[in-house]
Amino acid sequence: MSAPSAALPRWVDLAVLPALNLFLALAVTALLVLLTGGDPVVALRALVVGSFGSADAIGYTLYYATNMAFTGLAVAVAFQAGLFNIGAEGQAYIGGLGVALVALNLEGLPAPLLVPLAIAGGALFGAAWGAIPGWLQARRGSHIVITTIMFNFLAASLMVHLVVNVLIAPGSMSPESRSFADAASLPSLSFLGFAASTPLNLALVLALLAALGVWLLIWRTPWGYGLRVAGQSPDVARYAGIDEGRVIIAAMALSGALAAGVAVNELLGAQHKLLLSFTGGYGFTGIAVALMGRNHPLGVLLAALLFGALTQGGAEMAFEVPDVPSEIVVLIQGLVILFTGALGLMLRPALMRLLVPARA
Amino acid sequence: MTEALDILLPILAATLRLATPLLLAALAGLFSERAGIVDVGLEGKMLVGAFAAAAAAAVTGEVMLGLLAAVAASCGLGLVHAFGCITLRGSQVVSGMAINIIASGLTATLALAWFGLGGQTPPLSAAARFLPLSMPGAEILAGIPVLGRLYASLVGGQTALVYLALLLVPVSAFVLARTRFGLRLRAAGEHPAAVDTAGVSVTRLRYAGVLIASVLCGVAGAYVATAQGAGFQRDMIAGRGYIALAAMILGGWQPGRILLTCLLFGALDAAAIRLQGVVLPGIGAFPVQAIQALPYLLTVVLLAGFMGRALPPKASGQPYVKER
Repeated sequence: MSAPSAALPRWVDLAVLPALNLFLALAVTALLVLLTGGDPVVALRALVVGSFGSADAIGYTLYYATNMAFTGLAVAVAFQAGLFNIGAEGQAYIGGLGVALVALNLEGLPAPLLVPLAIAGGALFGAAWGAIPGWLQARRGSHIVITTIMFNFLAASLMVHLVVNVLIAPGSMSPESRSFADAASLPSLSFLGFAASTPLNLALVLALLAALGVWLLIWRTPWGYGLRVAGQSPDVARYAGIDEGRVIIAAMALSGALAAGVAVNELLGAQHKLLLSFTGGYGFTGIAVALMGRNHPLGVLLAALLFGALTQGGAEMAFEVPDVPSEIVVLIQGLVILFTGALGLMLRPALMRLLVPARA
Repeated sequence: MTEALDILLPILAATLRLATPLLLAALAGLFSERAGIVDVGLEGKMLVGAFAAAAAAAVTGEVMLGLLAAVAASCGLGLVHAFGCITLRGSQVVSGMAINIIASGLTATLALAWFGLGGQTPPLSAAARFLPLSMPGAEILAGIPVLGRLYASLVGGQTALVYLALLLVPVSAFVLARTRFGLRLRAAGEHPAAVDTAGVSVTRLRYAGVLIASVLCGVAGAYVATAQGAGFQRDMIAGRGYIALAAMILGGWQPGRILLTCLLFGALDAAAIRLQGVVLPGIGAFPVQAIQALPYLLTVVLLAGFMGRALPPKASGQPYVKER
């Protein structure tokens, strides 16, 4: 396999290509808005104002971005190990089970004990739900992509059963657990000057710490080096005595634990109870975030901010501009995945022609 | 006897109805993967098919125009997938996921922009839907106790697309096993270099595989929106594309076994609907989710080699780089 990326200057690879891909995705979307009789300029302005135009908007943008940072990191860690984890959605969902079980069963504990335990419970459950497909790939030869797809649906079935039949609040008609104790909630970030009316909470800081932790672990430890070697060249890893199977299982466990951060942000930070479908597709957005962020923690954080802004701005835009629904943001996400992932090679030759001869 | 038939017949008929979109989509995946292109985008192509069918049928009032629009829309997405995976040699799984997400956003956006109605299409009139066909001679046989009813509501009483899907099973088997095109298509998925050496274009074969898959996904989507349902609703495919993927794998990439798997999944679905809310003595509410999870569980177990062995086409998922 040739590596054409080696010839492109680093800044082009890391900044220009993602920007161009995002521009293409937005251009296609703008064209669609135009074709359906809308005004793309008005829509875009509503999107920007809706995402950053007020203290409330910024709070919500960061709140959504927190979820996306967690799933983006989850997908990126797996990518670094050469694995495509489509299962972040299910891992986050099962992570929510871990969070809720701790929060509901140990509610007598004081907050400084209960919150970390609930987070640990979520991480543990998410890690397990990620490690099983990892184990199946490493030891039984199943394909991680198909297995994680199936595990998303298994998680959904399991959670519907548990929430509707087991964990439902007694006497309640809606499928949700009873509320967690007050001690089991993450503090709002209003003490940092963010709007108290938004669900933004300490999980944002946890996401930033998680990104730092991932960077240290993957780029600054021998274990992380082994993970990247196994991801880039399994043959070299085997020759160097790295147990590829163990790397796969550990990487998927770490990925699942990171995905469970969505449950921490949503359940401990905002909803304060377990409810159905709280993962809301963030696991899939994580794919776009990781691809756009070039599977690097810093890139993932920036991409998460972008997609958080798109989600919040999209919701506001749907109010401001009738006929342009908030679902258009899903379209932008899909297009970004398409342009950065599958069609990412399209722009490379053109950029090479443009840049490399000029430098030679 | 009549009582048993009263319970059993609706379940069998429902099995056939529910298995049809799975069968069409699983055969779609079969053609794509046999040509060497992994297709996790079945769901997305079915979704745009469903939307296009419902939209065109609602506007024109013609069910066949709806079907045509579904096939065209699905092929549009299929061509994007083919261009990304075959021409540019990008990641097939990433492209497939992109297509699913694009389809979800695109159909919701267009549905609202074109029809208002909160993201749905207007309900379809009878002429804009596929209606159950009555079999010739059903009246004559109606007098015969069991056979008459079986004939009227199981053999007959289905929409045209159900028969089409069933017919496609032997046709696919024949094409893949007995025709020059089919053998070449399979070779492109097993050993593309050999196809290339024989002077046949791997690229063209793989494009053909993806396009056949797109046509079938379009039909499957049209079935969901204009035969099973009467209009489009947001994300109405609801995971059928992924179940079809599971059926294709469990069916060992072979049309006959895929049919059996789809019928099994259809029966599970029909049973789950039937058992919804049924209270079992001593157990409580029947855990319908357990039945719904079974297709996914079976697929995981099979892929893990605990039950037989899953043998996908050897070169599926790998871009083909022509030697120079």
